[in-house]
Amino acid sequence: MIWIIGAIFFWIIFWAINIQLSKIESNKFIKLLVPTLFGFSILILWEGFVRGFDVSPILLPTPTAIAIRFSQSLNILWVDFVQTFIKGALSGYLIGCIAAFITAVAVDKSSFLKRGLLPVGNFVAALPIIGMAPILVMWFGFDWHSKAAVVVVMVFFPMLVNTVAGLNAKDNIQHDLMKTYGANYWQNLLKLSLPSAMPFIFNGLKICTTLALIGAIVAEFFGSPTRGMGFRISTEVGRLSLDMVWAEITVAALAGSAFYGMMALIEKGVTFWHPSQRK
Amino acid sequence: MNKAKDLWHLIGPILTILIAITAIWYVSAVWLNSAWAYDKAKRANVTISFSEMVSDTMIQQKPLLPSPHQVIKEIYKTTILKKVTSKRSLVWHGWITLSATLLGFMFGTTLGILLAVGIVFSKSMDMSVMPWVITSQTIPILAIAPMIIVVLNAVGVSGLLPKAIISMYLSFFPVVVGMVKGLRAPDKMQLDQMHTWSAPKATSFWKLRLPSSMPYLFASLKIGVAASLVGAIVGELPTGAVAGLGARLLAGSYYGQTIQIWSALICAAILAATLVAIIGIIEKITLRKMGIQL
Repeated sequence: MIWIIGAIFFWIIFWAINIQLSKIESNKFIKLLVPTLFGFSILILWEGFVRGFDVSPILLPTPTAIAIRFSQSLNILWVDFVQTFIKGALSGYLIGCIAAFITAVAVDKSSFLKRGLLPVGNFVAALPIIGMAPILVMWFGFDWHSKAAVVVVMVFFPMLVNTVAGLNAKDNIQHDLMKTYGANYWQNLLKLSLPSAMPFIFNGLKICTTLALIGAIVAEFFGSPTRGMGFRISTEVGRLSLDMVWAEITVAALAGSAFYGMMALIEKGVTFWHPSQRK
Repeated sequence: MNKAKDLWHLIGPILTILIAITAIWYVSAVWLNSAWAYDKAKRANVTISFSEMVSDTMIQQKPLLPSPHQVIKEIYKTTILKKVTSKRSLVWHGWITLSATLLGFMFGTTLGILLAVGIVFSKSMDMSVMPWVITSQTIPILAIAPMIIVVLNAVGVSGLLPKAIISMYLSFFPVVVGMVKGLRAPDKMQLDQMHTWSAPKATSFWKLRLPSSMPYLFASLKIGVAASLVGAIVGELPTGAVAGLGARLLAGSYYGQTIQIWSALICAAILAATLVAIIGIIEKITLRKMGIQL
């Protein structure tokens, strides 16, 4: 009982601090501090409730148990991370995004193809493409190649749609100005179309980071070598060692957030001129 | 005459792309399945001509890539010809997936709207919850679907609800983001006007913020419902292939029944398209009634 009351008590304290913090003039530090405190208070609430209600560790392990398991099995986690993230997700992400980018630039020349490809691409982007996973595992085998293939298929259409939309984003006036300068196709592409498409392209790249990780992990449910994050999750669930599953989830969350954050940072550098990035 | 031309301007490119995709599909089917056709002929000690090989690739039992007409035939066989209550009926499996999708979608939309209202009205909630809402989507929830299902099963919750929870997690995010944007869409002048009329917060919410958020809400609902379907399908994978479109995918992959996988996949695609289209229709009717020009 003391655990529950204590947890709620801490929760209220943190919440009160956050309310006070959000009232004062916000700067960068407070903007980071408030969500951190909130996340921390949730962890305390979790720990307190699991201990207080005596929840079986088979159902929900405490954050501390997960942290201990995490630090004990760094080796396994690293091997899984390399197999799933570096080999599967990252290679598929690169191939898929580059292929979609090249296709979009090629299609951009023809308005006929664009009008056809955009609705179809939008439609396909909404489909449960993850269902392709069993087929691709059948075609490319159990190792990381099939996972990369799933990721390629998953990221291709969102990236294509975003890039095509981005290449359309330039103003007519700007286009006319380039014409006045007598710019040829490549100058037009490199100096006007691509830079003005960058906000859209990065939007696509950011959406695809999550898709890539999901694709690589779920594809492992359909068959994988004896390593990888998806493999570990499905087997450890079978063995009911949920602290390992949560450790794996922590890795996935950290990798996903870092991947997304990296893209957002690059975006900030590349599209510094865009209104949404200005201070 | 002009109308026909307009229609062609709209439909023509899409048709061209679709025909191209079908053509590519057929060519790849022949290409991928030819190895097996030649292999079969070699073992039977006969040499087959190219046309014989092509016709063989179209009728294999377990092809690497089934041809489109095989898939269509299978779908026809498992939807129209089978009784709806039969466990081999895709309609039955589709219904199971659809019910989990809709339940999860409902939960997700409700949660999303509630969170959005809280975020718009409380600054401390905006600052502390919003970053986590965004972070929550970088966690590959689909990856922990098996755990959610197994754990909920252990506490006695099984069937529709675990799948719906996964759907909920996937569909609440677009709704939160869209609704926060939508509820903040009224500009300063309109808010000031409400203030001039000394309208209480609730009134300005019901009469100004909520109506102006509708276009944003529907745009997010379309994304949310598609995400819900994905969640329900993946939620069906770890239950051991009992029922649902996801189960059909898994069973098909276990037994190498490629035609079954593809037909389940196409059915899921049709389902997704229908759901998005239904929301599109509701959107049109609602917005027209509200007098918003599209």
